[in-house]
Amino acid sequence: MTELTNLTLAEARDGLAKGEYTSVELTEAFLGAMEARKDLNAFIVTCPDVALERAKASDARRAKGEVLGPMDGAPVAIKDLFCTEGVQTTAASKILEGFKPQYESTVSGKLRDGGAVMLGKTNLDEFAMGSANITSAYGNVTSPWVAEDDPEKLVPGGSSGGSAAAVSARMCLAATGTDTGGSIRQPAAFTGIVGLKPTYGRCSRWGIVAFASSLDQAGPMTHTVRDAAIMLGQMAGFDPKDSTSAKVDLPDFEKALTGDIRGLKVGIPKEYRPDGLDSEIAALWDQGIAWLKDAGAEIVDISLPHTDKALATYYIVAPAEASSNLARYDGVRYGLRVEEGGNLDEMYMKTRAKGFGKEVKRRILIGTYVLSAGYYDAYYLKAQKVRALIANDFAEAFKTVDVILTPTAPSDAFPIAGGNKVDPITMYLNDVFTVPASLAGVPAMSLPGGLSQKGLPLGLQLIGRPFDEETILRAAGVMEAAAEFTAVPTLLRGGK
Amino acid sequence: MSSYIIQGETGPWEVVIGLEVHAQVISQAKLFSGASATFGGEPNTHVAFLDCGMPGMLPVINAECVRQAVKTGLGLNAIINRRSIFDRKNYFYADLPLGYQISQFAHPIVGEGTIILDLKDGTSREVGIERLHLEIDAGKSLHDQHPTKSFIDLNRAGVALMEIVSKPDMRSPEEAGAYLKKLRAILRYLGTCDGNMDEGSMRADVNVSVRHPGEPLRTRCEIKNVNSIRFVMQAIEYEAQRHVEVYEQGGIIEQETRLFDSAKITTRPMRSKEFAHDYRYFPDPDLLPLEFSEEFVNEIKASLPELPDAKKARFVGEYGISPYDAGVLVAEKETAMFFEAAAEGHDAKAVANWVMGDLFAALNRTGKDITESPVKPENIGKLVDLIKDDTISGRIAKDVFEIMVETGDAPDKIVEERGLKQVTDTGAIEKVVDEVIAANPDKAEEVRGGKDKLLGWFVGQAMKASQGKANPGILNEMIRKKLLG
Repeated sequence: MTELTNLTLAEARDGLAKGEYTSVELTEAFLGAMEARKDLNAFIVTCPDVALERAKASDARRAKGEVLGPMDGAPVAIKDLFCTEGVQTTAASKILEGFKPQYESTVSGKLRDGGAVMLGKTNLDEFAMGSANITSAYGNVTSPWVAEDDPEKLVPGGSSGGSAAAVSARMCLAATGTDTGGSIRQPAAFTGIVGLKPTYGRCSRWGIVAFASSLDQAGPMTHTVRDAAIMLGQMAGFDPKDSTSAKVDLPDFEKALTGDIRGLKVGIPKEYRPDGLDSEIAALWDQGIAWLKDAGAEIVDISLPHTDKALATYYIVAPAEASSNLARYDGVRYGLRVEEGGNLDEMYMKTRAKGFGKEVKRRILIGTYVLSAGYYDAYYLKAQKVRALIANDFAEAFKTVDVILTPTAPSDAFPIAGGNKVDPITMYLNDVFTVPASLAGVPAMSLPGGLSQKGLPLGLQLIGRPFDEETILRAAGVMEAAAEFTAVPTLLRGGK
Repeated sequence: MSSYIIQGETGPWEVVIGLEVHAQVISQAKLFSGASATFGGEPNTHVAFLDCGMPGMLPVINAECVRQAVKTGLGLNAIINRRSIFDRKNYFYADLPLGYQISQFAHPIVGEGTIILDLKDGTSREVGIERLHLEIDAGKSLHDQHPTKSFIDLNRAGVALMEIVSKPDMRSPEEAGAYLKKLRAILRYLGTCDGNMDEGSMRADVNVSVRHPGEPLRTRCEIKNVNSIRFVMQAIEYEAQRHVEVYEQGGIIEQETRLFDSAKITTRPMRSKEFAHDYRYFPDPDLLPLEFSEEFVNEIKASLPELPDAKKARFVGEYGISPYDAGVLVAEKETAMFFEAAAEGHDAKAVANWVMGDLFAALNRTGKDITESPVKPENIGKLVDLIKDDTISGRIAKDVFEIMVETGDAPDKIVEERGLKQVTDTGAIEKVVDEVIAANPDKAEEVRGGKDKLLGWFVGQAMKASQGKANPGILNEMIRKKLLG
């Protein structure tokens, strides 16, 4: 029998159905892996008691023939940005240390109601602000991948770095992530897994600690495209508690994996091939194009003319919303409070000075600045206008193509030590290929395409029409088969 | 027209007033959270996760509050914006759990409208409405519960408010008072706000400036959260005077927010300029633009009750009462209903006089509301009929009315039981008159000798002897005839 932790979600579903193993056995195997790979710091809290209790309940249901769905009994990890009832939720910030919500986020609640087993809460960049998982108040996450020529510890990407590391290092079958400007896709690319950011409005934001409300979107992080399809089906759906949630039909995403992309029109945007694009990235992209072509797709050169404005636009819109969304962390009602005498204003200042990390403070300052009197028009309002132009770029492109192929990130994973040294702008450039789809609200997925010369995973990104995750999944399924990406993270090699 | 002018040394000063009224929407639930919007309750018992700013909580608009805002807009003859946008008004305060107030800034749900003021001298005057928007209320800080700490009650946090902004069209404290009374009447007629200023469900921010007539507007000061109509009028009077004094001493007025001190009847600055807020308004990304159909508006329009202005016009036309009386009667919906119930099938003019005179006085005296009136409306109609058909005299009617106030009984019952029926039998009256004349021969002689004034004395004596029941007309005539031939 294969080692249980090496299973895909689809395999585990089928194995559980056939009675090859129980949910408790699966859960115990993953809890063991989590313990063994603790040094990666992928989890902020683990909840073995909750996990085993749910696993037992799942096995009991299965014994009675009352299976709740394809993920009943499947051990998963939840990004610590999802509020989970009775289980500490921190958003990787000191300011929420010890906070135990009295409610369950809609998405994690759907997974729970579908029988999924929560193993723990994964680490992330503080309030999901970062691309390397080095801004967490609970320490960096280390990638299970190591470069062939350099033993330095690498970042797993961010902000969903803990989820990416946990899936990649086989500490869970799958994990939830959230993506505001690339926070699912970039870490998926860095760790050799699949990450899907659905259309804005596909998954409810209710109960997810907000970073930038108009961009935040939850999605699955999995081993395979099929797993992503299964898990998205369990996470998505209209939620009356989220006014921005979309009232659209929920298809059977797994059925989209037909393997047939003949006649599919795939757009290749020239703006994603700037001067100085890493040759490895360019080569991988060309390889991806070739795979699709070989499978019968039609390749179309397209233009997304406002692409070069996306990053600047994003770094106005997202911090603006964040500066307001994070105002509630004021020490008055829950979380950290630094009192030490003084009046209300001093309590605010001391609490927030101590509770927030450097990157969060930086974004609150940027956001406050761009919304302030006299600057609103020049920054926030202009950014909103550019955002509309970027969305229009995609709308125009999708008049002629069905899906767009680009690289996910401009490089492979970089060392944690290096990440701490780079200036914020360089760090922000990690999101250059992922941010446009976020601003446009369209769905996008990263899947592993191959390895860099250093032996590190590289990702390819597929971008689709609004609420057409199915076409993305269909194309991704074909590419996954062609790529035959079977590389195992460095730490897991050698029988471990 | 207004003649409220402050005579200064540099000439006459005109006062310019605009009002921003915060009216709490009558609804079961709060604007976005679903928690109860009921007034009162133990502190922090009407609080949803959103109201206390828990992470990840999202607002969902309460359709009932939208309906109420549209209804109010229609009642103010205002433009209804079928697409409006909620913005965040960002500031920190302990009773503002989200760190921002959800409000409407650039695109309110209701645009320009008008309100007609009924002034004391019987004239009317139009005041423009600038806009009406929906927003959430903050919680309440309690500073008197603990020696060093403040307590927070979030029951009110998230409750729907309508902010109704007037144009700077008012020119005297009286007009500002009339505006608030009229606005409150309209809100109560519509059932969109209970208008109770003492409970805080209606509060006013008052903008005041002064100028020499014909000048452009000068700098205004905003007096925040004034909670009675009398205080609003006092605050304006003080503030206008203050402006005039500053200007005449060569000073300048700075735009600032002030507070009204109801004990000293003065205003004072609330915060200095360096602490002025930059609210960083921006569209709330948690909410889509608020959009509704023409049919939605039409449905509400069709359900609108008759409003004070229309009712006033109808009372004048239908009942033949004066515009001033009609204005008084429609000022409160309950009074108008009482009047109509009383006037139905009776002499409406007489009914109006009884309601506005003796009934109002009795209610005032007993501290009762018209809804608690011991006198039933139909009994006022009956009383008027009893006078009209000469069953009782107007004088007796006053006594009957007082008994009605005390007992709540019907006037015919009172008249019957207490034998107050007017005597119109000339024989019986003649008997009384003869007795009085016979008992006062010298006075009778004086009358006959030309002392007309004593006639009235005889009438009084005879009326007294009849216990007030003699028909005054018959009595008068008979005495005249007996003494003067």
